[in-house]
Amino acid sequence: MSSRFKLLLLPLILGFPAMALAVAPDLRPSPPATQAQVAALQQAVRDAQSAGDNAWVLVSATLVLLMTAPGLTLFYGGLVRRKNILGTMMQSFAMMGLITVLWALVGYSLAFGAGSGFIGGFEHAFLRGVGLSPNPNYGGTIPEQTFMVYQLMFAIITPALITGAFAERVKFSSMAVFLSLWSLLVYCPMAHMIWGVGGMLNVAGGRWPVLDFAGGTVVHITSGVAALVCALYLGKRAGYPHENMPPHSMVLSFIGAALLWFGWFGFNAGSALNAGPLATSAFINTQFAAAAGAIGWVISEWMQNGKPTALGAISGAVAGLATVTQASGFVQPMSALAIGLVAGIVCSFMVFKIKRFFGYDDSLDAFGVHGVGGTIGALLTGLLASGAINAAFGKDAAGKPIATGAIDGNWHQVANQAVGIGIGWLMAITGTLVLLFVVDKTIGLRVSAADEAEGLDLSQHGEEGYDFNG
Amino acid sequence: MLKIEAIIQPAKLDAVKEALIEAGIDGMTILEARGHGRQKGHSEFYRGREYTIDLLPKVKIELVVNDEMKDKVVEAILGAARTGHIGDGKIFISRIDEAIRIRNDERGETAI
Repeated sequence: MSSRFKLLLLPLILGFPAMALAVAPDLRPSPPATQAQVAALQQAVRDAQSAGDNAWVLVSATLVLLMTAPGLTLFYGGLVRRKNILGTMMQSFAMMGLITVLWALVGYSLAFGAGSGFIGGFEHAFLRGVGLSPNPNYGGTIPEQTFMVYQLMFAIITPALITGAFAERVKFSSMAVFLSLWSLLVYCPMAHMIWGVGGMLNVAGGRWPVLDFAGGTVVHITSGVAALVCALYLGKRAGYPHENMPPHSMVLSFIGAALLWFGWFGFNAGSALNAGPLATSAFINTQFAAAAGAIGWVISEWMQNGKPTALGAISGAVAGLATVTQASGFVQPMSALAIGLVAGIVCSFMVFKIKRFFGYDDSLDAFGVHGVGGTIGALLTGLLASGAINAAFGKDAAGKPIATGAIDGNWHQVANQAVGIGIGWLMAITGTLVLLFVVDKTIGLRVSAADEAEGLDLSQHGEEGYDFNG
Repeated sequence: MLKIEAIIQPAKLDAVKEALIEAGIDGMTILEARGHGRQKGHSEFYRGREYTIDLLPKVKIELVVNDEMKDKVVEAILGAARTGHIGDGKIFISRIDEAIRIRNDERGETAI
């Protein structure tokens, strides 16, 4: 070998071990400073993720509260006669005060504490143990108190929806007592069964796992069916149906419905409990169903009565929203369009024909829209839930989502949904009837005929909603 | 002194006011009223229920004028308010006993 060649070989020979040393993993333990830095970075990443999720869920909580006031107060308020506007708004507002206190004291514990398959226990009464660190069962990246206050807004609006059934004829005091008890004895168990740890209808481990993303069964079926029971028990308004009782302000109702649509994004998309893609799915499904619902009702009405009405349009939107609630975080966007369209057509038929046929006075159609919509929505969820949107039953060994609804091949889920619907109806009927009876026999539910004629504003509150001469 | 009450279609109010001012009237009282004569009401639909509204919005004009003004005023109102359709309204004329100006206690025809 020439000496020049040997010189060239030298770097090669020396180079290989040097390269080997450079790429080999350094197996010596890293100094504590580096470990601490890595841990801090990991915590910062978790905090950043949590910040996004927490921000979205907190905003969603405000959106859901907006749905009660001014959403529902205006929507219902505009539909009643002028002499009852304040009384109607006060009923929803009273829920904001009363249910908040009850929830803090005992409601959250009954709904989301670990108890039996039917109801939670009292271990979180006074919010003991409910702090600012996440509860892995309830949104693992947000403080549990965020979850608690978000769920509170649902607990507020559910009884408020029922007020639509007994509009213009119930005493304020009796309503307050009845709905407070209802929220503890009907809403809390229902929420526990479907969403609470250990609930018998909980999608994670329940005896009959029910898919209810944002409360189609927990909120709409329970309140809608309760509304029907109330309407039947309390009887019709004086003068119904031959006296004219048109809405006194379609403008207020319109604004209220628009606020409901706006707030519903918090109701559905916030139920993802994070700010990730699932929230996006629920958001889109909410919008699509509302729009399709409005169109469905308007077309149905246009064909029947000759003109598209503003009340029909907003009612259709609300029907679409109520019906998609249960499915919002489980279905494909096109399914949401279908769900909304079905809701608009079926609920309008319910209100135009079925209600008139049976003759009950569900004054603001709480059953027709929420009860019927919620029931349809619960069934459609079983049909249309897609593992690709939300792997609610987990993933298999290959990482593929397990079949969720009938559309994935899991027809059994429709049966589970039916169980949820059945229990929802049963809870609502029995709980509502018992409470109506108890409250009626003790303090009386209905206002006197004179008070009903004078109007709730004056008789219950000593106020007038409007003063056009002022 | 005569009181002239005219119940007219709300849409005709501006035309009638113009005509009255042109006729030399400078005081009138306008009231919003509801009512109907032979005019049928209309239907409204709320959630599929039909409501028959038979009390329709109207405007009532009240004037108190000197006897000599009567024909001129009636002509003015008829000319401005008539459309030829049912629902045009009615004019009623009655006698007034006394008229008093509150500001300075003027009485009789000078108070009108």
